[in-house]
Amino acid sequence: MKIEDYDAEVNDIELSLLLEGIYQRYGYDFRDYARASVTRRMAQFMQDNSNSSLLDITGRLLRDPDYFYRLIPYFSVSVTALFRDPHFYAALREKVIPMLRTWPNFKIWHAGCATGEEVYSMAILLQEQGILPRAQLYATDISQAALDTAKAGIYSLDTMRKGSANYHQAHGGNTLSDHYHVRYNAAAMNAQLRRRITFAQHNLVTDKVFGEMQLVICRNVLIYFNENLQNRVLELLWESLDYGGVLCLGDKETLAFSPIVERFQVIDKHNHIYKKAV
Amino acid sequence: MPVNKVHGKAALASVGSFEHTIPPPFPHCKLVIIGASAGGSAVVRDLLADLTASYPLPVVLVQHLHPDDRGLLVENLDSEMTMPVVGVLDKMPLRPGRLHVAPADYHLLLESDSRLALSLDAPVHWSRPSIDLFFESAALIFKQDLCAILLTGANEDGAEGMQLISRLGGRTLVQDPASAAFPRMPQAAIDQHAAQWVLSVDRIAKSLKNLGAEVSNG
Repeated sequence: MKIEDYDAEVNDIELSLLLEGIYQRYGYDFRDYARASVTRRMAQFMQDNSNSSLLDITGRLLRDPDYFYRLIPYFSVSVTALFRDPHFYAALREKVIPMLRTWPNFKIWHAGCATGEEVYSMAILLQEQGILPRAQLYATDISQAALDTAKAGIYSLDTMRKGSANYHQAHGGNTLSDHYHVRYNAAAMNAQLRRRITFAQHNLVTDKVFGEMQLVICRNVLIYFNENLQNRVLELLWESLDYGGVLCLGDKETLAFSPIVERFQVIDKHNHIYKKAV
Repeated sequence: MPVNKVHGKAALASVGSFEHTIPPPFPHCKLVIIGASAGGSAVVRDLLADLTASYPLPVVLVQHLHPDDRGLLVENLDSEMTMPVVGVLDKMPLRPGRLHVAPADYHLLLESDSRLALSLDAPVHWSRPSIDLFFESAALIFKQDLCAILLTGANEDGAEGMQLISRLGGRTLVQDPASAAFPRMPQAAIDQHAAQWVLSVDRIAKSLKNLGAEVSNG
């Protein structure tokens, strides 16, 4: 698509038709994804694959599942790391762990866990605090491929190097290498961490409430949704939380612009940690 | 608006002839956006020094930052400027009289309900935030009601975004590369005929001040 031919209104209508078609044909619902991002990603897909119009692409997407599965990765971007945003883990240890200790057993849900680095980080934190045996962790994602990686718990040494730097910035108690072992140039997370985590496919857009959680972690997922869908998903997360349960959002995500903020209490403004009000 | 071709070419041919010129009134403007890279933060401070919380338009800054900035740019600008400065959080609504600053290591986009949205999509031209990406998304929403400013920088981010803004009828002001600490970024916009006006920082500051008065007086 040449920039000169860019007719914003027509393009937007074509995009709506395309997303509706994908939903009806394949059940993937991207209709309420943040529009500016979707526009950008489709432009990228078109640039990478062809120069035809969105309408031409729609026809082919509907008829050719292989073509559709080539598009999917453009919509499931995930950026994650062990102890990503170290200051968040420091805040978890200071402010959330003491709350978890008050429950004899507790459940944690990582919604949108991607390839699993952050749920392992949580398990490491719990282990170092001596409360991992009381925890059951659930990690879900829309992408089965990402979940397969997460379940295996095997990461590159480069991932471990970056994770180790983050771990120390988060003032981790020991060294990260206490929690994995290296084999054949890759690092496998310790079995006692993996044992506490249940991985499952779950789509925040189309699936239901997940259970009575004491802690829900949903970081850098909501940014891909429009306001409407964000509010719907936040409602689902609220329902999934036990009273007094804690919700953690991403580094630049806030409840401040959503009406649901009134049903939460702010635990840590800078790290976007909230507690479900009783 | 044919103005972009005329001024784009003229500006490229003879920057000096604009020395005593200031852009004509633009009273329908609804948003001011600024792109800056190397050497940018000091220029931004000078550019907005005279503006206050009563400025009638929202202002958005996309400044290339080190991924570990941790909000330092926002703190610094806020302590040095009269206009209040806010770090963007996802889905933040635009507010007149505020400088909204894109966070490090996220892309910034504008949604059709005039909210600022963030994304962790791959860097564009090695940059996240990408000036092009934000400028293009703002152009698609605000079209002819947008005023974009491109400042100093050592890469070519922003030129394509300025081009689209110009094509959709918005206004594009570019810092005179001769006055820029790093001329490559403004020069790229000029070379790609995306600069309607090539001006010194003083003159851009003055036209922003005028713009505020024009918008207030309708």
